[in-house]
Amino acid sequence: MKQYETVIGLEVHVELATKTKIFCSCPTEFGGAPNSHTCPVCTGMPGSLPVLNKKVVEYAAAVGLATNCRITQNCKFDRKNYFYPDNPQNYQISQLYYPICRDGGIEITTEDGGTKTIGIHEIHMEEDAGKLVHDEWGESSIVDFNRSGVPLIEIVSEPDMRSADEVIAYLDKLRLIIQYLGASDCKLQEGSMRADVNLSIREAGAAEFGTRTEMKNLNSFKAIARAIEAEKERQIDIIESGGKVIQETRRWDDNKEYSYAMRSKEDAQDYRYFPEPDLVPVVISDEWLEEIRAAQPEFRDEKLKRYKEEFKIPEYDAQIITGDKHLADIFEKASAICNNPKKVSNWLMVETMRLMKENNIEPSGLKFSPENLAKLVNLAEGKVINSQTAKEVFEKMFNDNTDPEKYVEENGLKAVSDDGALREVVQKVIKENPQPVEDYHNGKKKAAGFLVGQIMKEMKGKADPATVNAILKELL
Amino acid sequence: MANMISDETIEYVGILAKLELDSEEKEQAKKDMGRMLDYIDQLNELDTEGVEPMSHIFPVNNVFREDEVCNGDGREITLANAPERKDDCFVVPKTIV
Repeated sequence: MKQYETVIGLEVHVELATKTKIFCSCPTEFGGAPNSHTCPVCTGMPGSLPVLNKKVVEYAAAVGLATNCRITQNCKFDRKNYFYPDNPQNYQISQLYYPICRDGGIEITTEDGGTKTIGIHEIHMEEDAGKLVHDEWGESSIVDFNRSGVPLIEIVSEPDMRSADEVIAYLDKLRLIIQYLGASDCKLQEGSMRADVNLSIREAGAAEFGTRTEMKNLNSFKAIARAIEAEKERQIDIIESGGKVIQETRRWDDNKEYSYAMRSKEDAQDYRYFPEPDLVPVVISDEWLEEIRAAQPEFRDEKLKRYKEEFKIPEYDAQIITGDKHLADIFEKASAICNNPKKVSNWLMVETMRLMKENNIEPSGLKFSPENLAKLVNLAEGKVINSQTAKEVFEKMFNDNTDPEKYVEENGLKAVSDDGALREVVQKVIKENPQPVEDYHNGKKKAAGFLVGQIMKEMKGKADPATVNAILKELL
Repeated sequence: MANMISDETIEYVGILAKLELDSEEKEQAKKDMGRMLDYIDQLNELDTEGVEPMSHIFPVNNVFREDEVCNGDGREITLANAPERKDDCFVVPKTIV
């Protein structure tokens, strides 16, 4: 078989974190009763007029600046015409001729540890459609327009990716940039970030691109990787057996690991774009652009570098912590309070990760506050509680953001480190266990472990093991 | 008429606009469209070299809303327009992807 190269470009839709829709003052929040977040504008009633949400322009431009794009300082909206029941106006307000951002790119780390720039062709602003629910058995579908008019940006990459790994690295980088900006939470599973994959293959070394297909309905990084693999194989099979790839949109079914063509020939893909007459142009002055630029936060790469240099956090740990904005925020706030970034990082890397995995929680779902984490670090480092107790208190705090100081106080969990009581217990244990004591003196150092265990049992776990060890050694 | 509209074009426009035309209507539409294009063609008589394409007739830009929720529950006013309603949603003919 010939050698083939896979050529991939992505269209990524991101739902912006505005409070209201792009062209009306309806809320964007999830979970409202069907059609409760609607008005004549977002349901396309005749005579209603859209008015642009300023925040949408600011978020879109901020993402553009963060991805090294040129900002179109005189940009406009266009109408994209098509009929579908989730689209009440029979057109979508989008941008074709003057998208807000153009010609950018971000650097990704490739599998071999090198770097590669993935070009961004453009970013444009547009509105989301409603939600169609299909009745499996009935003769009808139902439509909820709560999502209709929710602001989106569509980020169109250049066909610069060559493998599923590169696609995932690119998406992950985009996700982090946008999360750090606060412009979206970028959750693939919940649909606030959606990626359509444009893929073609060509013989290795060929100059021309092959015919591409567009794959939709990819809801996780794993689904994206599987769909890319399957589509690559499908196109190679077609070409190897002498056929031709047809340019079409396909829908991925991740359960069946199979895709099928979505649109029939009668549905002409001719959107007859024209300038949107109901909206006036957007002019982004130099001053406004500077304001947006000045408000840019510290991004992941800079944070990663700073964590390693300033806090001496190991590369791997810094990667994980900066790999989520919420986690990085907890780390920085807690470290500032207790002034012990190393320990804060340890709690995040070990116990937090363990419990997140056990409970299947995303970093954004963490309940404990940085203040409480800092208190816990102080309690543990000040030897107010021993390490075993600290783990228990942490788990409690992890589950419901319990204040560790109060919890330790109320449950009498303070470690007994003052000598008096502890010495008595140590003496008692030595007296009651002559055999292990003798073994210890005969060189069986392991016997000390047994004695420590007995002491801890007597102390109901509230002693600091290091102190116990020291006193035991002394009294033996 | 300088612009002749072919049968294929009128078929295609019909599909895009979701219109079903009988043969008489098709002939009439071909004529109408041809005349409309002739009319628009007058613009070609002008020299538009270096003229910025216009997207809006008023010299106005930057009409914005602040990002504040002002609309309350719009369910009833929206669903008043639904020919058929079920579970507070619009009922539409079954659509599959």
